[in-house]
Amino acid sequence: MSTQATSVDKPQANTASMGGFFKTHLREYGILIALVVIMGLFQFLTDGILMKPINLTNLFLQNSYIIIMALGMLMVIVCGHIDLSVGSVLGFIGALAAVMMVNYDISYPVTFIVCLMVGTLIGAAQGYWVAYYRIPAFIVTLAGMLVFKGLTLWLLNGQSVGPFPDQFQKLSTGFLPDLFPSSDFHVTSMLLGTATATLLVYFNLRTRQKQASYGSTLEPVLFFVARNALITLAILYITYLLSTYKGAPNVLILMALLISVYTFVTQRTTFGRRIYAIGGNEKAAMLSGINTQRLTFLTFANMGMLAALAGMVFAARLNMATPKAGLAFELDVIAAVFIGGASMRGGSGKIIGAVIGALIMGVMNNGMSIMGVGIDWQQVIKGLVLLAAVIFDVYNKNKAG
Amino acid sequence: MDTILEMRHITKTFPGVKALDGVSIQVRDGEIHALVGENGAGKSTLMKVVSGVYPHGTYDGDILFQGEKREFKNISDSEALGIIIIHQELALVPLLSIAENIYLGNEQTANGIIDWPRTFSQTEGLLAKVGLSEPPGTLVSNIGVGKQQLVEIAKALSKDVKLLILDEPTASLNEKESDALLDLLLEFKRHGITSILISHKLNEIRKVADTVTVIRDGAAVSRLDCSKEPISENRIVADMVGRDLSDRFPPRTPDIGEVIFTIRNWNVYHPQQADRQMIKNVSLDVRAGEIVGIAGLMGSGRTELAMSIFGRTYGQKISGQACLHGREVDLGTVQKAVNCGLAYATEDRKTYGLVLDDTISHNISMANLGGVSKGFVMDDNHEQAVAEEYRRKINIKSPNVNQKTVNLSGGNQQKVVLSKWLFTDPDVLILDEPTRGIDVGAKYEIYSIINDLAAQNKAIIVISSEMPELLGISDRIYVMNEGELVGEMPKADASQEAIMTMIIQSGRQ
Repeated sequence: MSTQATSVDKPQANTASMGGFFKTHLREYGILIALVVIMGLFQFLTDGILMKPINLTNLFLQNSYIIIMALGMLMVIVCGHIDLSVGSVLGFIGALAAVMMVNYDISYPVTFIVCLMVGTLIGAAQGYWVAYYRIPAFIVTLAGMLVFKGLTLWLLNGQSVGPFPDQFQKLSTGFLPDLFPSSDFHVTSMLLGTATATLLVYFNLRTRQKQASYGSTLEPVLFFVARNALITLAILYITYLLSTYKGAPNVLILMALLISVYTFVTQRTTFGRRIYAIGGNEKAAMLSGINTQRLTFLTFANMGMLAALAGMVFAARLNMATPKAGLAFELDVIAAVFIGGASMRGGSGKIIGAVIGALIMGVMNNGMSIMGVGIDWQQVIKGLVLLAAVIFDVYNKNKAG
Repeated sequence: MDTILEMRHITKTFPGVKALDGVSIQVRDGEIHALVGENGAGKSTLMKVVSGVYPHGTYDGDILFQGEKREFKNISDSEALGIIIIHQELALVPLLSIAENIYLGNEQTANGIIDWPRTFSQTEGLLAKVGLSEPPGTLVSNIGVGKQQLVEIAKALSKDVKLLILDEPTASLNEKESDALLDLLLEFKRHGITSILISHKLNEIRKVADTVTVIRDGAAVSRLDCSKEPISENRIVADMVGRDLSDRFPPRTPDIGEVIFTIRNWNVYHPQQADRQMIKNVSLDVRAGEIVGIAGLMGSGRTELAMSIFGRTYGQKISGQACLHGREVDLGTVQKAVNCGLAYATEDRKTYGLVLDDTISHNISMANLGGVSKGFVMDDNHEQAVAEEYRRKINIKSPNVNQKTVNLSGGNQQKVVLSKWLFTDPDVLILDEPTRGIDVGAKYEIYSIINDLAAQNKAIIVISSEMPELLGISDRIYVMNEGELVGEMPKADASQEAIMTMIIQSGRQ
């Protein structure tokens, strides 16, 4: 690890040895492998129900709001903070949307935009105290959690409000329209899936070329091929399965878009880079001229917006707003981010990791429910998986350090 | 008089550095023994050896206490014999009371339950001995630093102290508090308690010390008996600094131009204690191509001055004027300071300079992300190319720029910090302890980089606690003491003796 090259004249493009590379990137492969193993396990335990097209569709619908919020939470945690209020904010925005559309007959686009703005404002209000007054995020968002849980009850008068206009429901329960409505097979979805897979492979190839030209240590060829093959096959297989049912759900398209946008923002923009710098060493970031306060503030505002979006997706799926919506969701979201490899100290973690973390939780929920495992043991098992993932992380880090 | 403590040929090595090199000292029973020396000479290390902070086995040599050979495994071993050390940074828990602090770890119990009445009444007795009249229930955070020092001493008394070691006890005290503390030491002496006093302040030493040992470069260079001869400041200073400067510094022909950067009447107050003035009316200027050193002891306010200038990152109620190229500029935030062409490399690169878990290239681009992006989008290729250029130019020893900085040696980490600031293309660079914790070879390289920057007509301010370094690289030296610039000397007139004398004389006024 600490060997230093004596020559400093030329960058050395070298391909790492397979064993060494696997060890240093254990976490990144580990989580992907874990997801595959867990899916395989439940596929077996549920006698193949897990990967049935209808169940797969449900799996995405059930976890969409967790994944959407995990994107924002990843950034909050990378920045070195936490947001405990997202579950309550999700419930509150769902209630707000319901009251606006059902009680006041406000059109759904207006409701949609107003709700996103309110969510952003809520996030901003909490971020303000965290960023500019240095109140610990834990306290501020704990307060937010209580406040918005209460406001949800007040807004709904303790009752469920629904149903929603059809178009609003489509946000969650709709499917991509098929441009070739000829057969049972959803051709458009399949084409879209194929295009996505091709693009991903193309981008990966391009990144690898760039790395080679700058002398980075390259992923061994075998790993690179295996990883890309696995991802391509997974995408093709899943879109194939979905296409034999009703095609890709709208919410899957929404998620895919958000995941790409946030991956781009965190990995390729100055904003993303600065967030990682703040989480990695806030003082150094500040002394390098990074406006740490404003960026922390924006990270929380973004979290609020995503919680609002998730709130509408969730309400649309149930077709009503209930006072209990969002209860303890924050815990699932935070667990997903940590299972995905983010560090409690901030500064590290990836969007894709958080997404896979959320999927691992989702598959476990779904699989155990199919098997008839009670909610009691589901909680126990999920808790242990979270603990195991983090112990694995810490153990790895200590060994490496 | 008998000898209470004798240390024989103590040698202590840290990775890459020999902190103590065969030091022998003798402390007589019942005396006040002063240890003096420059920053980093090894005084504190020596005292950490005697008090068991560095356990037996991590150093070579023998410790004899009260005539017997001792092998302390930890602090409790030395405390059990009555050796109590009071560190420079006070070790009190601010939100506990005086009484709780004094008996922390040594609680007065009856059947396992804390006996509060006894604790409080004993505390009152101890406080009376050190001249404090605060109620024992007062929170430590509610009393000043001077009184906290006395609480530390009361805590030492609670443990039946035989040998009291004080590491620069008056560094953060005002004159009245310092006097009271020194009187207390004399009082203890009458009661037979031996003290070792580490201090920079020669006037204090003259007041209380019976014997002075001078430590330099990890060795005891002289032992002066104050009862026999009147103590001579010149003699002590000469012993403290006496070493020759060989060619540890790369040659350079200065080419000094116009004044670039000026500070006028700069005043700064402590960030928490609004009435404590840290920087007093400082004015200085730096010219293009000039390397200006700021000398001073620890706590003299050099870092505070630099940080208050650089985006007001230290202190409050900052007043004064900053001019770049003759125009007054607003340096109110780090971003503004950087945009004006200022750069500040911190004294503590791990805490304030680097994101250790991130790569060399990401650290280098951190202060100028605009330079490696188009709009908001990072240009990774460009970023890599920039980092690669600095890696070669200033010889960062690493196979590529995608290594995490945590794995680099101190010298290479410092080069990454310098690269980060060079990439912002500054006109004025403030380098705070640029070679701290770096081995000699890497120091030479850092000096060469500094010389190159001066040759490119940049104005450079170097803050350093190592006087030979300042003398070796600076064209001009400001001397700072207790928040003030107390003097200025061109390279030709500068010497360690001159700087020390200036500091000591200003401290006496």
